[in-house]
Parts: sequence; structure tokens; C-alpha cells
Amino acid sequence: MIGFWTLFYKELLRFWKVAFQTVGAPVLTALLYLLIFGHVLDEHVQVHGVRYTSFLIPGLVMMQVLQNAFANSSSSLIQAKITGSIVFVLLPPIPYGAFFAAYVLASVARGLMVGLGVLVATLWFAELRMAAPLWVLAFAVLGAAILGALGMIAGLWSEKFDQLAAFQNFLIMPLTMLSGVFYSIHSLPAFWQGVSHYNPVFYMIDGFRYGFFGVSDVAPEASLAVVVACFAAVSLLTLNLLRRGWKLRA
Amino acid sequence: MVSAVSIVDVVKHFGALQALVGVSLDIAEGEFFGLLGPNGAGKTTLISTLAGLVRADSGHLSVLGNDVVRDYRKARSLLGVVPQELVFDPFFSVRETLRIQSGYFGLRHNDDWIDEILENLDLAGKADVNMRRLSGGMKRRVLVAQALVHKPPVIVLDEPTAGVDVELRQGLWQFVRRLNGEGHTIILTTHYLEEAEALCGRIALMKQGRIIALDTTANLMAAHPGGSLEDVFVRTMNQ
Ligand SMILES: Nc1ncnc2c1ncn2[C@@H]1O[C@H](COP(=O)(O)OP(=O)(O)OP(=O)(O)O)[C@@H](O)[C@H]1O
Ligand SMILES: [Mg+2]
Repeated sequence: MIGFWTLFYKELLRFWKVAFQTVGAPVLTALLYLLIFGHVLDEHVQVHGVRYTSFLIPGLVMMQVLQNAFANSSSSLIQAKITGSIVFVLLPPIPYGAFFAAYVLASVARGLMVGLGVLVATLWFAELRMAAPLWVLAFAVLGAAILGALGMIAGLWSEKFDQLAAFQNFLIMPLTMLSGVFYSIHSLPAFWQGVSHYNPVFYMIDGFRYGFFGVSDVAPEASLAVVVACFAAVSLLTLNLLRRGWKLRA
Repeated sequence: MVSAVSIVDVVKHFGALQALVGVSLDIAEGEFFGLLGPNGAGKTTLISTLAGLVRADSGHLSVLGNDVVRDYRKARSLLGVVPQELVFDPFFSVRETLRIQSGYFGLRHNDDWIDEILENLDLAGKADVNMRRLSGGMKRRVLVAQALVHKPPVIVLDEPTAGVDVELRQGLWQFVRRLNGEGHTIILTTHYLEEAEALCGRIALMKQGRIIALDTTANLMAAHPGGSLEDVFVRTMNQ
């Protein structure tokens, strides 16, 4: 257990020591999106009966939660692999389950911290109520955990920074951007609505948004079921890779 | 009596390259053992299979009777390895690095021992300095310190004195000798053969993934009268 806590604490310190970049910068990015899209569209667009700025905020919060959770575990692993400091965690008797839990929970912590930062910063731009805070928390935690685990897979798989960047740019970014962060999928043509239902991130954002407005494209229970199933699948895969020492132990 | 390290018929390929070609070796508790050989002989690969960093294709390895695959947690907790590559985590100070490493081995409140290690490796003055700001030799000392945080009964040093100044080298050997005197088993690789000659009770010479000579230092030297260990090394390699 001490091994787990130490690794978790180390992973927290790692991003906290550079919080300006790892927490501050994503909050600023989200604010820029909000200023630009909110300014351009707020007058003209209403979604689910709320003003566009208010609609946009939960999506932006969740987008940053997810992207930062992914960035945390993936960048930590790739850095440790490239610098060789990964040996410090491979030599000790840390069970692979503890290894998994430490990286994923640190990713969740970073995701939630960024999400909270975005949320607080945007309070100046629009008033926001939370119809069901527990749904908000459940989707934020599970979404961050899924992306944290995916980040582990990406970090294990990549041997160079550009491979990790490819994973991020060609998989994670499209999945999050095309998930309904900026729009309700009901505004899409039928074909793309259908496609969106195969994107797990859509359910994370839709369920998260339900927690704010009490309305969503899909019933929140259904979204939760999808998200829990995704978490189980990604976790099993990651644990299996770690158990085999995939790309860690030659 | 159980061996500190037991290696039986270990084979390892990297693609087409045979890095270890059926290596067997037994090291008793309390030995000061030298693993010598030219670049690429397979010394680091052998150490890595023992530490679980590399998985052997076949064969068995154990540390104090604990199989490094089946009882990996026990085996790893009994082993301290100083890696050959000069690696460090740039986020932390020396003391943070050592506290974190202690935690990985399940130890809290390890500061008394950490202070003692720092003192012995002449690092006490650098305890709160970030790893990035240390010179190469100092980083190497921290690597040694990291391998010792859990007082492992078996200590493996893979070229610990590369790039380290004379004073520290002597300090390091004094410290390692003391640990050996207290019962720790020491396994050393080095290209400084005078060091091996002075320190090691028994030596294995490796070449191209095989052990080609294995004996006490005294016997190896006696086979080539009048020569240094370097002469023995050169003649054995060219046989
Ligand atoms: N991860 C790896 N992938 C592919 N080949 C490897 C790997 N590690 C080692 N080798 C090869 O295995 C052989 C043995 O290497 P090893 O590092 O064990 O040698 P060594 O005896 O430690 O040499 P040195 O004295 O230079 O440290 C070399 O030919 C090396 O190129
Ligand atoms: Mg080597």
C-alpha cells in the first residue's frame, strides 16, 4: 500500500510543481474558447433552451478534464521511458494493480483540478446552476479515469514524443471535439447523429451536461452505463498490458 | 545454504542477437563478486534479467531463493541495483528522490538511513538541491544512494564509478566494503580492473553472452603468474 501511495503522491507532485503549465494553461485555453465562441454565438443560438454561452461551459469544462487526464498519464510515462527514469518504478516490488491505480488517480486529480479551475473562471461570464451535482461528479471522475487509462496505454505504446502526439492529435482530439462540446448532436444531420452515438466521449459530455441543465440528448442512466462499460474495458486492457510488462520490460 | 543469487541456463535474444547464451552462475551470501567483460559481453543484460527489467527467454533466476518471475515482489525487495545509465528524475531534489524511492519499497520514515547514506556518499550538502543541478558524478552517487534505501541484502553495482572522482571512488568503496562486511552480498561490474582485483573475492569473465572464466581472484591471478588482472583479462579474452 505504501508503494501505491508514494507513486500516487509522486505523480501528483510531478504536475503540481509545474501547475502553471499543467493547470493554469488549460484554464486559459478554455476561457479563450468561451470568449470567442460565446461572443460570436451567444446572441443567436440557444440549445436545450439555454443561452449558448451557458450551454458551452459544461462542454468546455469536460473537454479540458478529459484532455488533461490523458495528458497527465501519457506524458509522465513517455518522459520516464525516454529519460530512462522509468527504472526507478520498475525495480521496486510495486504490484501492477497499484501502478495502474496510482497513474489513473493522479490523472483524475489533474483533470478535476483543471475542470474546477475552468468552472470557477467561467462563473464571471454566465450564471450556471447545477441541477444534479452528483451526475456532474460521476461523469467527471469516470471520464477522467477512462482518459487517464487511455493515456497509460498511449504512453506505454509510444517510443517517441511524436508517436504520442499522433495518438493525441488523431484519436483523442477528434473524439473530444466531435462529441458535442460545441453543439447538441440534435443539430447534426441524421447520419452524423448516428456516428456520434459510437463515440464514447459523446456520452461523457452529454451526461456531464445533464448534471447542469437536467436535460440531455440521451438519458443519463444510459450514458452512465456506456461510460462504466468503457471504463471497465479500458482498465482491463491496461491492467493486462501492465501485467505482461508490455513495452516496459524487454 | 541458499544462494544470494542463482542463475540457471539463462538465454536471452534481442531479435537475431544472442545476448545471453545459457548463462549459469551461483553467488553465495556475503560474497564480493566481480562480473567483468568487454563492451557488449552481456553483463548489463544479465543484471537486468535478475532485476526483472528484461525477461529471459528461458532459464531461471532467483534472489535468496525467490524466483524473479514467480516471486517477483520478494525478489525485488531483496535486490538493490545501481543502473549503468546515468538516469534521474528532474522534478525532485536529492532528498525527495530518496524518500520517494523508499516509499516504492514500502518504507516510510526512512530519514535516519537516508541521512547516513548521504553522509557516506558525500552528498549531505546537496540534499535539498534539485537533481538537474547536480554534476554527472553527483548524479551517479544519487543512483547508488537510491539502490540502497531499502538496505537490500544483495547489491548490484553496474559500473558505479564511471565518471566519479578519485575521492568519491575511495569513499564509495569504503562504504560498499563496510556493507559487505555487514553481510550484504555485492555484485560489481567495472572496466577498472584494478578495482575489481582489489575488491572482488571471485570473478566471472564474460564474452559474447557466455561466462568463459569463473574463479576466485587469487586462482585467476595464479594461472598467469606475475601479471595483473588486466593481463589475465586480455589473455583469457584472446584464447
Ligand atoms: N534492449 C536491447 N535491445 C537490443 N539489443 C540489446 C538491448 N540491450 C542490450 N542489447 C545488446 O545485447 C548485447 C549485450 O549488451 P549489454 O548491455 O548486456 O553489454 P555489457 O556487457 O553490459 O556492455 P558494457 O560494458 O558496454 O556495458 C549488446 O550487443 C547489446 O547491443
Ligand atoms: Mg553494461
